[in-house]
Amino acid sequence: MKTLRNRHWISGAMIGLTYIAAVLATLPLLLILWHLVKKGASSVSVAFFTNMPHPVGEAGGGMANAIVGTLILVGIACAIGLPIGIGAGIYLAEKRTTPIAQTVRFLSDVLNGLPSIVMGIFAWELLVRPAGHFSALAGGAALGAMMIPLVTRTSEEMLRVVPVSLREAALALGYPRWRTSISIVLRTALAGIATGALVAIARIAGETAPLLFTAFGNQFWSTSLRQPIAALPLQIFAYAISAYDEWHAQAWAGALVLITMVLVISIAARFVTRSKFGAAVD
Amino acid sequence: MTALPAPALQKERRHLRVHQAEIGDRIYEIVTTACALVIPALVIAIALAVFAAAWPAFAKLGLSIVTSSEWDVAKGKFGAAPAIYGTVVSSAVALIIATPLAIGVAIFLSEFSPAWLRQPIGFLVDLLAAVPSVVYGLWGIFVLVPLLRVQVMPFLRDTLHLGSTPLFSGPAYGPSMLAAGVVLAIMALPYISAVSREVLLAVPRSQREAALALGATRWEMIRDAVVPYAKSGIIGGIMLGLGRALGETMAVTMVIGNRAEISASLFAPGYTMAALIANQFSEATNDLHLSALMAVGAILFILTLIVNAVARWLVWQVSRGRAS
Repeated sequence: MKTLRNRHWISGAMIGLTYIAAVLATLPLLLILWHLVKKGASSVSVAFFTNMPHPVGEAGGGMANAIVGTLILVGIACAIGLPIGIGAGIYLAEKRTTPIAQTVRFLSDVLNGLPSIVMGIFAWELLVRPAGHFSALAGGAALGAMMIPLVTRTSEEMLRVVPVSLREAALALGYPRWRTSISIVLRTALAGIATGALVAIARIAGETAPLLFTAFGNQFWSTSLRQPIAALPLQIFAYAISAYDEWHAQAWAGALVLITMVLVISIAARFVTRSKFGAAVD
Repeated sequence: MTALPAPALQKERRHLRVHQAEIGDRIYEIVTTACALVIPALVIAIALAVFAAAWPAFAKLGLSIVTSSEWDVAKGKFGAAPAIYGTVVSSAVALIIATPLAIGVAIFLSEFSPAWLRQPIGFLVDLLAAVPSVVYGLWGIFVLVPLLRVQVMPFLRDTLHLGSTPLFSGPAYGPSMLAAGVVLAIMALPYISAVSREVLLAVPRSQREAALALGATRWEMIRDAVVPYAKSGIIGGIMLGLGRALGETMAVTMVIGNRAEISASLFAPGYTMAALIANQFSEATNDLHLSALMAVGAILFILTLIVNAVARWLVWQVSRGRAS
């Protein structure tokens, strides 16, 4: 039989271990951010945003084409992912427990867990192979398809939080159902839906694998949707696995820019909900 | 034209008015339903596209894709066994490292954390999921791999004398199964801890109070009253993390060394299915090569589909228990 003192000692030790786990779990993020700033900050300048990549052996240069490329790809992805995702979210929030809603909800969770490279294969098979060439459109479509389940689930959750009494009040005033949904329910949940959209954008903006054989990357300036297009994550990958120190420095700078974008969007997403939706969510 | 009798006319008018209001509702319903149905359509389309493209390889090579370890493009041999082995082993290493940490953080956040620390630490751990995988890869190549090669591997092998076991033997290259496992552990951690935290918070207060009232210490309360209650949800979270680890591409490609050999040592380089596809897809030389890569993609698809479905089912069971 363990003595009481022993049991308390074990309890204290185990609780101490959870404190250590908390420290260890936050350490990687801080380390990564520290190394990004240390190794990337010196290469980030105005020129990095306005110049084209320099050839090997020439220091400096920028990633203007990759930054614009990423913005275009994210734009296409939003044009596909946001309307469909929000529409599906509305459907799930209104139908809740019907068998179709349950199935759609389950499949969107499954889709969420699908490896992004499989999504790349899909977009390649559907858009690149028939066209015979890589394109920005295929890259954007792959990212857009990844956005759909993310946006669907967060929109649904935010729409569900809207009090039923609001909907009932509008219906009692003689609003048709569709107007109630759009101008009352959707509007009330708008901040939450915006958060979901931002989180989804942050997630896909850094995706590389689905772009490898869709957008493909491009060393030159291109904004055409039918041509291969450069993207920040692709450029970082290409530079990171190269053998040149100048390019490694550029990769660190690109990664610093990318993670700043992603973190700013993620933090913004958190504040949008906290300020307007905090009371309802808690 | 014959006049309708009064009641019938009234009925007709009402019908018209209702009909007008309903048109908007019908359109709205059709549009949202169509959006919702995109999701199952997408899942089916992905499955069809991947399997259609993989079919020639399955038909020609049969089971040798899974069983053979010879991947030689020139000879037309496509055995992906080393990649499948690497996927499973690197994910297993990741879970062994990440699970205790993630559950520890989740317990800390749900039970012991001071209120002011709960939000910031939870947010920092969640942010790990937002870091792009290519950034993990970059950090892996230039920080983690040198650290493992110079410090950690010699320490494990020589100082701890683990070199005699096959797992930690052999020269320390740097890019290795161990490096991939560590990076994947960091990437899977936020998923496991987020789900675990949620299910731990769903455990009723009475469960904790009852344990304490019976004289349990705080740790015994967690071990005997809280964790068993949340067990299937936590396992669901681990499966979710496993799903992420199995399919992760870029970070692994950058640190695992990309060598198609099965080696018992975690210090040796390896390969994963996702890395194989990423490396060879755009330079696939012939149709069979391409199809073989698609077949690897199809296997990966099935594997993650099963893992994710089981994960969701487990988490769903716990949350359903909370609702009822």
